[in-house]
Amino acid sequence: MARIHKTVTGDGFLAKQPTNKTLLDIHRRMVRIRHFEERAGKLMEDGKIPGALHLYVGQEAVAAGVMVHLTAEDQITSTHRGHGHLIAKGGDFDRMYAELFGRSTGYCKGKGGSMHISNMDLGMLGANGIVGGGPPIAMGAAFANKFRKSKHVAVAFFGDGASNEGSFHEAANMASLYKLPAIFVCENNGYGEYTAQANHQAVVDVADRAAGYGMPGVIVDGMDAVAVYEAAGEAIARARKGQGPTLLECKTYRFYDHVGVRGMGLNYRTDDEVKKWMKRDPIKLFEARLAEQKVLSKKQAEAVHAEVLAEIEAAVAFAEQSPMPDVASLLDDVYSTAG
Amino acid sequence: MSAVASETKTRQLPYVVAITEGVREVLKEQANAFVAGEDVAGAGSVYGYYRGLLDEFGADRIYDTPISEKGIIGLGVGAAAAGLRPVLDIMFMDFIGECMDEIANQMAKMRFMFGGSATLPITVLTMAGAGANLAAQHSQSLEAWLAHLPGLKVVMPATPYDAKGLIIAAARDDNPVFVVLNKMSLAMMGDVPEGPYEVPIGKANVVRTGKNYTIVTLGRMLGQALDAAKQLAELGIDAEVIDARSVQPFDTEAVIKSVEKTHRAMVVHEAVRFGGFGAEIAAQIQEHAFDYLDAPVARVGAPFSPVPFSPALEKVYVPNAERIVVVAREQLGI
Ligand SMILES: Cc1ncc(C[n+]2csc(CCOP(=O)(O)OP(=O)(O)O)c2C)c(N)n1
Ligand SMILES: [Mg+2]
Repeated sequence: MARIHKTVTGDGFLAKQPTNKTLLDIHRRMVRIRHFEERAGKLMEDGKIPGALHLYVGQEAVAAGVMVHLTAEDQITSTHRGHGHLIAKGGDFDRMYAELFGRSTGYCKGKGGSMHISNMDLGMLGANGIVGGGPPIAMGAAFANKFRKSKHVAVAFFGDGASNEGSFHEAANMASLYKLPAIFVCENNGYGEYTAQANHQAVVDVADRAAGYGMPGVIVDGMDAVAVYEAAGEAIARARKGQGPTLLECKTYRFYDHVGVRGMGLNYRTDDEVKKWMKRDPIKLFEARLAEQKVLSKKQAEAVHAEVLAEIEAAVAFAEQSPMPDVASLLDDVYSTAG
Repeated sequence: MSAVASETKTRQLPYVVAITEGVREVLKEQANAFVAGEDVAGAGSVYGYYRGLLDEFGADRIYDTPISEKGIIGLGVGAAAAGLRPVLDIMFMDFIGECMDEIANQMAKMRFMFGGSATLPITVLTMAGAGANLAAQHSQSLEAWLAHLPGLKVVMPATPYDAKGLIIAAARDDNPVFVVLNKMSLAMMGDVPEGPYEVPIGKANVVRTGKNYTIVTLGRMLGQALDAAKQLAELGIDAEVIDARSVQPFDTEAVIKSVEKTHRAMVVHEAVRFGGFGAEIAAQIQEHAFDYLDAPVARVGAPFSPVPFSPALEKVYVPNAERIVVVAREQLGI
């Protein structure tokens, strides 16, 4: 039987405390995600970004706390809410905004857009328009890592809603059976679209599902980047040592609607609930902690924000000035012509 | 059942509301009917076409499911086999990939495999169509996947009138019927009678009569073909436009009758042209009306690539009136 252990907050009993350098790194990753997304939301509302945009605001601690353990050779799979994962994995703002704008300079040459943003060089195997599309692919990447006898791991990010797709269950079972270096990170934000978790699954903790596949299930406060860092660190270390996968459930919240900023204006969450979670803004919590620990003063934090904001302005300008893809490129990339 | 009673009042309604009305009639008329799908009850679907039905019929008749498409179709197959009349919702047609085994190996074949002993009166509503910048996994038209499976019926309403009437016909049918809707048609206005009426499954609709050219369309391409017909009229081509409405069963007879008169034909659909349902229509025409044809049957469809995200690419990807005219002129040498 799998053991299910639960961590409540980042009080450091699981793994080593992050160094100051790591803390600053996590902070910067979170801030980069936040401002990228805020700006993307505005650009969408201004009609500059076509299609659907699923913003990651509120969940930054998860992407940052996990990704700080990874190198470009470690792979991740993402979701429809994928910008944060790519940014935390080292994504370049120029190429990201260009993709959201549908320009030829984007990460996918404008062919994928927000829902398919990806970069193989960074080990980012794609945002995904199919809920639950990621876990089997991450399992396959983990298989490749083991096959090659490398120490790399593959991380699947997915939502509470996605944990009801068969694809997740098949991937979890196979990863555990083959002892693959995989980590299943469930970002439980309490909703699949407009349906509350209690109305889409009978369990409260997605981590409980780990037991069915003989792997550890761990629960962390997904608003606490240090808690995520510690739990992810342990899961990733296990995977690198050949001890198999872990299901890591991060309890979190999305601050904006399912799609876009205000979405369809459906009344499926109370204002009180939203406010309660916003009080636990992962970036504010983290900055307070860093200030208290004298790792980053308020002023230094502001400087990070300003730097990121300037980078964003330049990236948006780059995207806007980039050309649309050439019509002739439509038929390229359907097949490889190399081999 | 008979078609529209001519005395009933007709209103102008958008396609999206016509869908709601169709489902409402089904729930009113059939005590064993229920709706199940992702975000259909509380949210009334992401496109809003079930809005109000939860309040009207209650939680025993309309169910929010988990994000489990295999489960949704399985629920319908099992419930139908046990005597209910499920109306299922697969939010985007692209997601039928998630449940293709339930569709292809269970739903479509069960009756036949069991020697006719099982009856599966299932209606599946699903949203197809490109043009909304939703990229490769939220924009496909996959009717050919379904039409290829003996045991399924597949309809593609192009107008609000047909949306309501085909949903009602689908739900009254004792077979599994897919109603393939189009997201770019949701705001389209059209005449919709009050109350229940059926648009017969398997009957094409001659929307514009013409003398010397036949255009057969699937789903939303009807509007594009009608626009093209106007442009072609200026070139001396008097096009007859036939909305197939149903691809399985397909109304070969209506098309052949037209081609025998016009001698030249084109088929238009949004799906990828190669291996699309238009290939079947073209084959039917040449099998049944070869001697009448003055030119090879032309086909208009999407290029052989996934649906691109960039507006610059999607604009040229989705077939439209201009492309229909260009292809017709090439075909006819005018
Ligand atoms: C196979 C599939 N089914 C349904 C959808 C529509 N859809 C997109 S996002 C979403 C909700 C996903 O919820 P969750 O996994 O919790 O992720 P979150 O949006 O909360 O980040 C749904 C139902 C889809 N894209 N793919
Ligand atoms: Mg969720």
